[in-house]
Amino acid sequence: MTVAKKTGRARPHTPAPKTRAAHKAMPQTPQLWKLRLYVAGQTPKSIRAFANLNVLCKKHLEGRYRIEVIDLLEHPHLARGAQIVAVPTLVVDLPEPVRKIIGDLSDTERVLVGLALQQVG
Amino acid sequence: MTPQKKVRRPSSKTLKKSLTGIRGLDEITGGGLPTGRPTLVSGGAGSGKTLFGLGFLVRGATQYNEPGVFISFEETLPDLSKNAASLGFHLDQLVKDKLLFLDHVQITRSEVAQAGEYDLDGLFIRIADAVQQVGAKRIVLDTIETLFAQLPNPAILRGEIRRLFSWLKDKGLTTVITAERDQSDKLTRAGIEEFVSDCVIVLDHRIREEISTRRMRVVKYRGSTHGANEYPFLIDEQGISVLLPISTLGLDHEAPDARISTGIERLDGMMGGKGFFRGSSILLSGTSGTGKTSVAAHFVDAACRRGERCLYFAFEESPQQVVRNMRSIGIDLQPWISKGLLQFLAARPTYGGIEDVLLVTHKNISSFKPTVVVVDPITNLLMVSTLNEVRSMLTRLIDFLKTQKVTAIFTSLTAPGSSLEASEADVSSLMDTWILLKTVEVGGERNRALYVLKSRGMEHSNQIREFLLTDDGLRLLDVYLGSEGVLTGAARVSQEGREKAAGTVRQQQLEGRRRELDRKRQIFEARMTMLRAEFEVDEEVIQQSIAESTLLGEKLLQDRGQMMRSRDADTTAYQKRGRTAPARKR
Repeated sequence: MTVAKKTGRARPHTPAPKTRAAHKAMPQTPQLWKLRLYVAGQTPKSIRAFANLNVLCKKHLEGRYRIEVIDLLEHPHLARGAQIVAVPTLVVDLPEPVRKIIGDLSDTERVLVGLALQQVG
Repeated sequence: MTPQKKVRRPSSKTLKKSLTGIRGLDEITGGGLPTGRPTLVSGGAGSGKTLFGLGFLVRGATQYNEPGVFISFEETLPDLSKNAASLGFHLDQLVKDKLLFLDHVQITRSEVAQAGEYDLDGLFIRIADAVQQVGAKRIVLDTIETLFAQLPNPAILRGEIRRLFSWLKDKGLTTVITAERDQSDKLTRAGIEEFVSDCVIVLDHRIREEISTRRMRVVKYRGSTHGANEYPFLIDEQGISVLLPISTLGLDHEAPDARISTGIERLDGMMGGKGFFRGSSILLSGTSGTGKTSVAAHFVDAACRRGERCLYFAFEESPQQVVRNMRSIGIDLQPWISKGLLQFLAARPTYGGIEDVLLVTHKNISSFKPTVVVVDPITNLLMVSTLNEVRSMLTRLIDFLKTQKVTAIFTSLTAPGSSLEASEADVSSLMDTWILLKTVEVGGERNRALYVLKSRGMEHSNQIREFLLTDDGLRLLDVYLGSEGVLTGAARVSQEGREKAAGTVRQQQLEGRRRELDRKRQIFEARMTMLRAEFEVDEEVIQQSIAESTLLGEKLLQDRGQMMRSRDADTTAYQKRGRTAPARKR
């Protein structure tokens, strides 16, 4: 599968700021957050979404996440397979269950709920 | 997008239209849906919206060389294919041939959270990709409003849908957008009709008195005239077909000159000796028990004898029943059924709506290709529908039959008490020939009689004819006219007897008069004889007296002569006379 082509590799910045979430999650299971962000070109919304996601992940999931950015303009057929209608859509493949968060991810609280990080107030 | 070669534009020069291929709809809209613009098809659950869309695409792909895209927001693709197959659309093949692209948009609300602004570019991309894959000219969105239940933030969604429509318009796609209508005062649930201003069609599936009927109405068609009425439509294996009202039917079917026998020789005789015109419609009406089915059976029998195919719609009796009953009058239909020349279709019309009846007739006539069709009786259709609907249905049926050159017999039951000629279902004007059967009640018995009320384009008898249903079939009797009109049955027989008796009496009277004359003559002659006898007697007496008188006179003369002689008188005169006279007498 030449699927995940343009994957904006999340850069796991080495100096990890210790957050409560990271603290809590870390000792139990080294859970990996597998995220896919579907966008349609470099629109302000998609750029905003990517930026928001990065900030969030860095803050809460340092070292335990992988983001794959999929530009549907380049891979239109992927929209069908993943049932993407709205963009940007963030698909949380892991941890289970799979869920989708649509929008530019500006509503941090909702994103955290969607990421199953709800304990973060 | 641009080469819409195959699209004809019959009515409008300014507005391009895309034929839907849906029978009837193209006539109502004057050439189809607006090309390159969205059309809203709104209707309640089960009103046939999806099918409308599918039909539009399948026909576009197969008939007008316009591939299509179907975006389903509700049904999954396997379901869609399966449902479409039951209606005669083989979607999988079309997909394989790159004439159709199916996509199912599925969003599970529970899986979706919203966090900020979004747009529907994902959908746009999917559509654009699908359109590009098959080179689509047509697209159906079924039912896009579902998104409102699945995606948060209706305000954004509305804006996006609006953008989608104008985007589709920009792309020049002829679009059908279906929408669920759950309130009678609104066309769509989410009010998306305001974005679709070009063409709006409303489908309706209503139940009246437990019978379903489907209707279609073009509510709006910008830049074009359109039929504004509600039109009933059918869903059959050819998809949707709109049943056009009488006014839109052309009256240009051929009128064959050929004639076919009614199967009853003397009835042929009543119609110029040749029977019905081929392709004409015949109404047989009468009260119950007048022999309508028997007349029809004769016709069917005759047609089968000629080797023609007959289709018999029995709305009242089962085929077995008809066959059995007709056997009792010497018509055996069973061999024709076995040979495949005669096909029965028995169903109570109440089972489906009136359109189903029309649909079934259409379907079977198209597949069986009969030359003769019997509908027995049409009156039963009134049980399931209003007079108006039956009338328009029959008009369309007759029209269809005429185009197929099928001769059709419709029997119609007249309710007892109602006027015979005020035709049931009010369809007489549609019929070419109308044979009226009636019973004549005289002298405590009912007898059957028939007459040809009308028969267009041929001379026909004006006589009311009595007929008998015998073991050898229907037999028309001679016209018997008595002093009080046509006489039938026992009345006819008794009238015949009476007249015979009257004749004898007259004969007797004549003879009596003759005898009287003879007698009078005899009396007269007898009197004559008597008079003559009397006369002769009188004559004799008179003659005798004359003779006596003469004798007496002579005697006197003699005596006087003797006296003179004795007195010696010599008068010569006396002497002469006295001598000569007696001598002359002697």
